[in-house]
Amino acid sequence: MFDISPTEWTAILLSLRVATVATLVATPIAIAVAWLLARREFWGKALLDAVIHLPLVLPPVVTGYLLLLTFGRRGAVGAWLAEHLGLVFAFRWTGAALACGIMSFPLLVRPIRLSIEAVDRRLEQAAATLGAAPWQVFLTVTLPLALSGVLAGMVLGFAKALGEFGATITFVSNIPGETQTISSAIYSLIQTPSGDTAALRLVVISVLISAAALVASEWFSRRALQRLHGS
Amino acid sequence: MLRVDVAKQLGEFSVEATFASEGRVTGLFGASGAGKTSLINMIAGLLRPDRGVIAIDGEKLDDTSARIHVAVYRRRIGYVFQDSRLFPHLDVHDNLDYGRRMNRLAEDAAQWRRVTELLDLGELLNRRPGKLSGGERQRVALGRALLSQPRLLLMDEPLGSLDEQRKEEILPYLVRLRDEAGIPMVYVSHDPSEMRKLATQIAIIKRGRVTAFGGIEVLPAHTPA
Repeated sequence: MFDISPTEWTAILLSLRVATVATLVATPIAIAVAWLLARREFWGKALLDAVIHLPLVLPPVVTGYLLLLTFGRRGAVGAWLAEHLGLVFAFRWTGAALACGIMSFPLLVRPIRLSIEAVDRRLEQAAATLGAAPWQVFLTVTLPLALSGVLAGMVLGFAKALGEFGATITFVSNIPGETQTISSAIYSLIQTPSGDTAALRLVVISVLISAAALVASEWFSRRALQRLHGS
Repeated sequence: MLRVDVAKQLGEFSVEATFASEGRVTGLFGASGAGKTSLINMIAGLLRPDRGVIAIDGEKLDDTSARIHVAVYRRRIGYVFQDSRLFPHLDVHDNLDYGRRMNRLAEDAAQWRRVTELLDLGELLNRRPGKLSGGERQRVALGRALLSQPRLLLMDEPLGSLDEQRKEEILPYLVRLRDEAGIPMVYVSHDPSEMRKLATQIAIIKRGRVTAFGGIEVLPAHTPA
């Protein structure tokens, strides 16, 4: 039962790589967006909020197909990126990371936004009276006080990215060694007559990783509360 | 010299205040809701006047007719709030050092020693704000504002959230500050006895207007506490 085959290992490691890259690239963007939504009033704010949450409500297949249309080799953005930056997403592990990043983005933004909203603006005012420019206020007061929320968001986003299936398989297919993540490996295995045991192994691993992520997320949230109350 | 001549509409309430003060401590005295905090927030730059001028030693910080509004963080005006507003994620030492770091000032050991001794902060340096009493918090807030090297120090009811005993504990520090720190102050309070002990010039604020300005003789003779 616990004899993990090379193919399975490849899928596990690829999943971890895809989820890590997706989370690390998405986090700074999510912080910027969360700050905008929490602290600024601007035209189109409701629209931005809606667009971010779209991957949460759209069928993942739709998101994957839209990604294929946009970032595929013949897609408007994809063709440009391939030609000018040599960056290809279609049917590559980078594409899987992109799909996972977009699918997990709303889960990343939400706790960060909530934790930024929870930061007392009076502390930010106090920082400004002490000579801190707006970017300094953000880096020395807002972000440190919201840090546990950022970490909680990263953990949730990572877990979501790890389990992402629909958008990924639509966008980058299910190529062993390149785009076959744990989820798509499980999917392949249960289509195969003798794949049950291997599928079950990956299921157990998947459950373990997700549970660990949730526990970590809970722990970070508690830290956030303690930090805000100054103990 | 601090010169204030501003107007600001805040919903139903309006502030229209004019005064000029040379005093070491300018007191803004009035009941709660009279507009003292709005006025001091305008001096700090946290609130933008609809019309008027705010100037320190001839330098205009606000002049609506010339479209001047210097940003809060460029004013070099220290502010001690009623609710101290210490940064909960930093210990006392880092709270005190915050203004110096933000303004990229060189470390000044003499100034540091002077302020921490003046306010007896030595014992507190490694503690977090969450572990301080109300009075200790206000002393740290005072030190933090002083160490940012402001040219004017604003204090909005700094004793307002303290009980009588704690007030008596902090007042001597404020008197020392007035006599030794050499920084002009604007002191907001609704307590006439605090005003008598600290202020050198007083503006009486009623319903957003300055109704009297002068020495401590402008304070009402017998006010209910």
